Amino acid sequence: MSTVNFTFDGKQYSGEKGESLASALLRNGVVYFTDSSYKDRPRGVMGLWVEETNALVNVDSGAGEPLKPATTIELVEGLVVRSAQGVGDLPDTRDNSRYDKANRHVDVLVVGAGTSGLEAAKKFSDQGKSVIVMDDKPAAGGHLTYLGQPVPAELLAVLDRANVTYLPRTTVQGMYDQGYSVATERRTDHLDSNVHTEMSRIRTWHVRADHTVLATGAFQRHLVFANNDRPGIMLSHAAATYVSNGANPFNTAVVVTVDNQGYRDAIRLHKAGVKVAAVVDIRKKVSKATKKSSRKAIEALGIRLIKGATVVDTSANLVGILSSVTIGQAKSDLRETITADLLAISGGWTPVVHLATFIGIKPTWSEKRAAFVVKHHSQFVSTTGMLAGDFGDDDEPAVFFGPKLTAEQGLVAFVDYQRDATYRDFKRAIDAGMRSIEHVKRYTAIGTAHDQGKTSGTVTMGLIGQAIGKAPDEIGSLTFRPPYISIPFAALAGRDRGLLSDPERTTPIHSWHVASGAPMEDVGQWKRPWYFPKSGETMHAAVLRECAAVREGVGVMDASTLGKIDIQGKDAGQFLDMIYTNMFSTLKVGMSRYGLMCGIDGMVFDDGVTTRISENHWLMTTTTGGAAKVLDWLEEWLQTEWPHLEVYCTSVTEQISTVAIVGPKSRELMKRLAPSLDVSNESFAFMENKHADVAGVPARVARISFSGELAYEINVPAIYGLHIWESVMSQGADLNITPYGTETMHVLRAEKGFVIVGQETDGTQTPDDLDMNWIVSKKKDDFIGKRSFSRADTAREGRHQLVGILADDGSYVIPEGAYIVAGADANTPPPVKHIGYITSSYDSAALGRSFALALVANGLARKGEKIAIPMADRVVTGVITDSVFVDKENTRRDG
Amino acid sequence: MLHIPCPYCGPRDETEFHYGSEAHVAYPENSSNLTDEEWAKFVFIRSNPKGWMAERWVHSAGCRRWFNVWRNTINHEFGPSYKPFTQQPKSPA
Repeated sequence: MSTVNFTFDGKQYSGEKGESLASALLRNGVVYFTDSSYKDRPRGVMGLWVEETNALVNVDSGAGEPLKPATTIELVEGLVVRSAQGVGDLPDTRDNSRYDKANRHVDVLVVGAGTSGLEAAKKFSDQGKSVIVMDDKPAAGGHLTYLGQPVPAELLAVLDRANVTYLPRTTVQGMYDQGYSVATERRTDHLDSNVHTEMSRIRTWHVRADHTVLATGAFQRHLVFANNDRPGIMLSHAAATYVSNGANPFNTAVVVTVDNQGYRDAIRLHKAGVKVAAVVDIRKKVSKATKKSSRKAIEALGIRLIKGATVVDTSANLVGILSSVTIGQAKSDLRETITADLLAISGGWTPVVHLATFIGIKPTWSEKRAAFVVKHHSQFVSTTGMLAGDFGDDDEPAVFFGPKLTAEQGLVAFVDYQRDATYRDFKRAIDAGMRSIEHVKRYTAIGTAHDQGKTSGTVTMGLIGQAIGKAPDEIGSLTFRPPYISIPFAALAGRDRGLLSDPERTTPIHSWHVASGAPMEDVGQWKRPWYFPKSGETMHAAVLRECAAVREGVGVMDASTLGKIDIQGKDAGQFLDMIYTNMFSTLKVGMSRYGLMCGIDGMVFDDGVTTRISENHWLMTTTTGGAAKVLDWLEEWLQTEWPHLEVYCTSVTEQISTVAIVGPKSRELMKRLAPSLDVSNESFAFMENKHADVAGVPARVARISFSGELAYEINVPAIYGLHIWESVMSQGADLNITPYGTETMHVLRAEKGFVIVGQETDGTQTPDDLDMNWIVSKKKDDFIGKRSFSRADTAREGRHQLVGILADDGSYVIPEGAYIVAGADANTPPPVKHIGYITSSYDSAALGRSFALALVANGLARKGEKIAIPMADRVVTGVITDSVFVDKENTRRDG
Repeated sequence: MLHIPCPYCGPRDETEFHYGSEAHVAYPENSSNLTDEEWAKFVFIRSNPKGWMAERWVHSAGCRRWFNVWRNTINHEFGPSYKPFTQQPKSPA
């Protein structure tokens, strides 16, 4: 052991390298650790590991971390910590540590390297299975270390076997279905800061195991009595372990126990030089075996035994540290006060059932063990050791959680130390009619702090049982959720930080957009230019300028993100007739058609333009966000309903780049880009496709318009996308070619009343609701959704229908999502009936005013009706209009 | 995360799949002849059992093929998977 220096609350101390911070502080005589979160009660270290409720610190050195139990921090040179009064704070400095992830498929995962875990590892290793042993402590041994006993060497040797991987300091944080577990391995915090390492600080393990053995052991729990929270009051196995390791600030101890563990710990305290003034055992009668072993052993050491009694209260010195313990018997008023600076509590064992409950296994109450245990054996999971109720030797615990308390005592008898929740708080919940642990938890906040009820959970269940005269398992069962202990977000992110946090999809033209300074809009994972501001221009001004340029001159847009599905096969036309509401099989080669797809419920699902490239070859476009969903949908019908159809679908979204040139001057620009192409309206009509060389590149040009203007979509292999864009920009320079982004695209299409699936729709709109009856074929026998159109609900009066809304104040842009009410104005008293809501809303250059699209109940029949829109600061009045605002006659699309 | 046995690729993580609801709910022929009630039954009503259920999944990020598989809705255990239009294995129940 080497000595290292550390700082606690600004004061320098030294301790032994590798011991826990809690141990080092006790070694330095620090018993009074901090004050409690809410009631400022003096508190000291209570436990030995992650069950610690009082001694939380904020770590300032190294990577820094808030609210860590001092019992779990391994001492290193230069450690700097501050006591945390239940409140964590993150360091201001950036955490430059590395974090990473690892995946592992394994035959058997063993959680816990105590005796049972090691035995399970040995058994499966003997069978030739690959085994991974994960243990959250720095060293193997588990419960044996609580008993101060060495780990048998032949068990330890299992960890060195070739088919066994042993990961210490690795906490299994979550367990999920089919043997999937997630663990975090702390790899560097225990190394001295001057050790250079490239290692990641925390590695997150994703383990898929054919079988998982839970050998998670148990925590000791406390008892609820008056003033049970003073510095100097600890769990007995914790006190005995610290003191045995030489961290001993105590002179005189009282041990209070419900089982034989208290005796073992009394002996360890005695051997370490603490005077044990008494062992107070709640049990009057015990078995012969216990008489012969435990009781005889302390008798031999001259330790006084007080039977059938418990601690009822404690006192403190002027600083707040424990000074004496008051003992009482259940059925007598006699009291005795014993001077002591250590009260060691053995309140029984609480098996760590967390991982088992994560996957829905319910713990059962064992009266014999006075504990919730999990006995489970299935294909995926088995439990062993203390978790399964095997406490090694017969502890013979009494089912006891604390003495009867007066109202006054209840105020200072703590059930959950971290939440400062007392017996009085608990009693109020019971008196208010709460019976389930989940209700009591929410009423009192018990179990909601940093420790998530690791020790207080069972205590609370026991107290409810005592209060209402039921066994703990009649109250409900303990349920926990991952993570088992707190995890830094950085550990879950691993290397997927910053740019790597989520995949980004960009078009071949992206670099040009970025260079132009266009802000990007996220559309799914796609990055799309939002608008192209000139120097100093606001978004509002840029969008009005772009819109005007398209309607009066020519604009250009990168439409490469549209989902594209290549569909081939002799039955493709027949298939598309079933998928779309309108007719496709009759479409001529070289022509495109807009189509709407519905689900079987008749609700609009996606839309797009599909082109017949040749007799048996089609190209479908979908919404940018809907591409994957639509492909799954097509395949579902082909594979599960109509396998006899000869149709093949392939995603080609990334293979084709699409540049749309839009506006009255686009014909002139198209002529320049493709001199061989006859761009006259007569030979190149609306919805027609032509193959031509465009700027020297073979392209398919389509006359498709999403703005109502004359427009050409130039489709080229993706690799030529940027070349086409740059050619458009240079050839169109004297036409004042104007690049525009998604915002202008939205305004232009809304002016024409073109819907966006997902903006005008939310999965509850039929084509009729969108005023698109014209796209629903009357000739076809069937298509997906058809039968649902005549259902009573889809055919009823009063459905929400797509309309336009013009506010009386044309300078006001109504927020999208705003509610519309009928027959109301600013003076109408509430309540008012809402009849719909705004789906799209913009300022329009073409209209010289604002406008909106909306879904309004029975809206198509209400055009001309006055409406009102109540906003937080005013009531906006307006009128219902048609949903088409610009060029109702469709004259502009032909130029 | 579920571990789903694709009959074409073998067991893979759930993130590679999309769910497709209950299996063997065929699209009715002559849907126009169905009563509203019959049609609503096809569109909206699924058996939703507690226990073993045959359901449809698609291996979207793998072979892109739809298949059927038995799954226990209580504990998410998977039974045998099978290709569409092949003999359905017996329920593991």
